[in-house]
Parts: sequence; C-alpha cells; structure tokens
Amino acid sequence: MNDLEWIEAALTAARPQAMGALLRYFRDLDRAEEAFQEAALRALQSWPRNGPPRDPGAWLILVGRNAALDDVRKANKHEPLPADAVISDLEDAEAPLADRLDGSHYRDDVLRLMFICCHPDLPATQQIALALRIVSGLSVAQIARAFLIGEAAMEQRITRAKARVAKAGVAFETPGVAERSERLAAVAAMIYLIFNEGYSAGQDEQRAPLCDEAIRLARILLNLFRTEPEIMGLTALMLLQQSRLPARFDAAGEVILLEDQDRGKWDTRLITEGLALIDKAMRHNSPGPYQIQAALAATHARARDAADTDWAQIDHLYAALERMQPSPVVTLNRAVAVAKLNGPAAALAMLDPLETKLSGYFHYFGARGMFLMQLGRRAEARTAFDRAISLANTPAEAAHIRRHLDRLGREHPQPSS
Amino acid sequence: MMYAVLCYNDEKTVWSWSKQEEAAVMTRLEEVRVRLTKAGKMGPALRLLPTTAATTLRKTQEPPLVIDGPFAETKEQLLGFYVIDVADLDAALDVARELAAVNPGGAYEVRPIALYCPDERAM
Repeated sequence: MNDLEWIEAALTAARPQAMGALLRYFRDLDRAEEAFQEAALRALQSWPRNGPPRDPGAWLILVGRNAALDDVRKANKHEPLPADAVISDLEDAEAPLADRLDGSHYRDDVLRLMFICCHPDLPATQQIALALRIVSGLSVAQIARAFLIGEAAMEQRITRAKARVAKAGVAFETPGVAERSERLAAVAAMIYLIFNEGYSAGQDEQRAPLCDEAIRLARILLNLFRTEPEIMGLTALMLLQQSRLPARFDAAGEVILLEDQDRGKWDTRLITEGLALIDKAMRHNSPGPYQIQAALAATHARARDAADTDWAQIDHLYAALERMQPSPVVTLNRAVAVAKLNGPAAALAMLDPLETKLSGYFHYFGARGMFLMQLGRRAEARTAFDRAISLANTPAEAAHIRRHLDRLGREHPQPSS
Repeated sequence: MMYAVLCYNDEKTVWSWSKQEEAAVMTRLEEVRVRLTKAGKMGPALRLLPTTAATTLRKTQEPPLVIDGPFAETKEQLLGFYVIDVADLDAALDVARELAAVNPGGAYEVRPIALYCPDERAM
C-alpha cells in the first residue's frame, strides 16, 4: 500500500465523523460536502509532506470549517486568503480540538449524518444511493455502476433525494433518548438494505462490495454505540451471512443452497467475529429482530454440516421472531425446522393457513412440495413443485426443484400415455 | 531477551482498506514473520478481533462491572502482537522496523517481557 492508498483509506475512515461535524456547523449538506472536499484536497497535498495527523477526523473538520469560512470571508470582503503555512500550525490546535469534541458529540454527528439518508419519504433505492454518496463517499459514477443506470440519471436521483431531505429538515439539537433510539433503528435498517443490495447481487463485481461497505458502516456505528445489543446483532448477522460468500456460488456462478454448501469454504474469521458479537448481545437480555436473525445464522455457522444443524434451536428462534415480527415468511421458515423435528405432517399443517398470503412465493411451494413428497402424497407434491418452478427467481432455484421432481419420477414412474 | 511487539493502528482506517489492500498487507506481514521464525527470533503472534468485539471487566466496584468495548477509548487501538526473542533493544527495534515497513500507518510499541508462560496444554 503506498502513501496515496493509505491517505485514501484514512479519508474514507474519517469521512462520517468529519462530514457529520461539518453538517452540524453549516446545517447544509452541500456546504458540508464542499468543505469536506476542500479539506480532503488539502490533506492530499499536506499529509505526504508533513506526515499524517494524529487524528485525521479532527484535522479534516478544522481544515474544512476554516476553508468554508475563508470562502465566505472572501466573498464578503475580498480579503486575501491565509497562506498554506497557516494550515501547518494545525498540529497545535488539533489535539485540544479532538479532546473537546469527545466521543459523545461525534456519536450524534455520525448518527445524524446516517439518519438523514433514511427519510421515510425516500424509497429504499434512494436511501441507499444517498448513504453511499454522503456517508461512504463513493463517487456518483461508482454508485451509478452499482445500480446499472447512467451517471446523469444517478446524479439527478441523488440531487432530488438531497432536496427532499433538505426540505424535510432534521433536528440539529442533541437528540433525546427516545429520538436517538428511533434514529438508530432507522439507520440499522438502511445499513441492512445496503447489505442486501450487495447480497442479492451475487457475484456482480460492482454490487457485491456493498456487503463489505455495509459491514464497515455497522462497525463504525457499533464503535460509537458500544452497548446497543441490536447494533451488535445487525453487525453479527451481516458478518455471519458474509462468511458464506466463498461457498455461495458454483463455478458457473449459480447459487448453492445453504444445506449444499461446502462449509470448509466459510470464512472462519468473519464467523468468529459474528459469534463474539452475538455472545455479547445476548448478555444484555434485550432481544430484538437483528439479534434473533443473527442467532439463527450463528446456529447454522456452528453446525459441522447440514445434518448437524440444531433444529430445535432454529424452531425456538423462529418462534421468538414470529412473536416479535409476525410474518408468513417467518412462519414458513419455522415450518422447515418443525418438519425436521416433528415430521412433515406437523409442518404442512403450519403452511395451510399461509397459502393466500404466499401464493406468489417460490419458497412456499418448494417447502410444500417437499413436505407432501415426504408424506408420500406424490401427485400433490408434483403440483406444488410445478408451481414453485413457475415462481423460481433464479435458474438455480428451478434446478433445485427439478431434482425433486426427477426423484418423484424415478421412484414412482408415471404411466406413459 | 524477550520482547512483545504491540501493533497499534486506527481500526477505522484498517476497516477502510479494500479487500485487496488488506490481503496484500497480511501477506507481507506473514513473509516477515516466517523470515524471523526461520532466524529463530519469532515466538507466538496473534491478531485481535476489533475492539467492537471486546468486553471489559472493570474493578472499580464490587462485584466488578462488565462493560462493552475496550478498556480505554484511544485514537489507535491494540490490533495484535508478536513475541520475539532477540539480543537487545536495537535488535527488537529492527524487528519492529521490518514489520513497520510492510504495514501502513500506526505504531509499534516494543515492550520487554517480564514473565513468559508458554502454552502447556496437551495438544
């Protein structure tokens, strides 16, 4: 890694904190961005020469604020700009500034910066685009490539989202306890959206890195809110899901289902970190949906192979999730665990009431066909599998069902007509 | 003489390395470690998970308080350490220089070891 790469990594790392503080000073997203941009340019000139500052975040805040104030002064009074030498005196000012702006201040700055991207009027894709631009600092071109649209269209989308956010207004006072926890929940959901955008993209080179970016943002958030069990849960959930990446696709790029994955390929370092975080979260005795989903992922991560899965634990966790966030999809997932524990008849009875809500859902008919096949109700199983194939989202999903149909045909050949 | 070489860096910056950058740094550090092992200078080495995974037992009250996070909030965090066995401080600093040359940013603290208890579990 050369100097430039190191500086870029340091700028990316310091960006949420610096942008958050500049936004608090200027109360205007565009001005904060311009100030940060200017500070980053000066860092590229100054850091290779003078060495990196002890606290890049504090340096960028100070330089960004001064640069923006200089612009105002210049515009107002046509005063000459201070020489570059002034900036080199920063080392003296930096330490006390960093001490003054303690962690609790930064916390709410970063949270506010992330929160403005989660405005409920913004559709999910716009929230993600805005967060990647403002918080992560990706270029419009990079974001446009990730969303498979033109740069001009993405520029327009981000500008519109910014205008909407500006009009909505966001409180700049230090938030109260209730407001802070509402902001955290909205930001957690937005980060998970970014993760899922990357996760669902499979091996797409432009979008898959969004998973790593979401994990980075979650770690930053957890670093600032160290005692929040749901943020631990969210981070653990993403780490555990991401640990399977090396095993999720075959050579042709098709999805390999969890039960068929080569667990030797799972990333043990991500698993260790995920398990450590879920352990920590559990100590708080304050369960939430992210913690439960992380615990589900952890149960899979702890199993040596698919047969070793602790289905009683999976059933127990889905039951808890059902109580917290009732949804037919959660019940469907629970039914899969129930089938392993109590047999297909019990599981099938759980599915029947879901049919109207999940009539367009691939996994519903996949599971239904599976349970019917295990019960020996072959004709009904075939009907369910046919429905599943017609609803498959990927060729891999369809192929998986076709293997079941083949088995049905082999074991009980249909009379030729 | 045995020393611990403690690696400090800003973990937010380390998280912002791209996968390729991270892999390149770890490969170069491993090359140094293997070279020093062959030279008989390198003992155990380990890398720590981020401080977000840490828990601290504070003995300021009874019973001690368990809190999330590292013992101290600092700008740079302890990311891992090497145990080395070399002649003197100059030699220990040479090891730290070798590591520093392949690892961007941060600092190495060279600390003499007062008591060393090797892993005695039956493996």
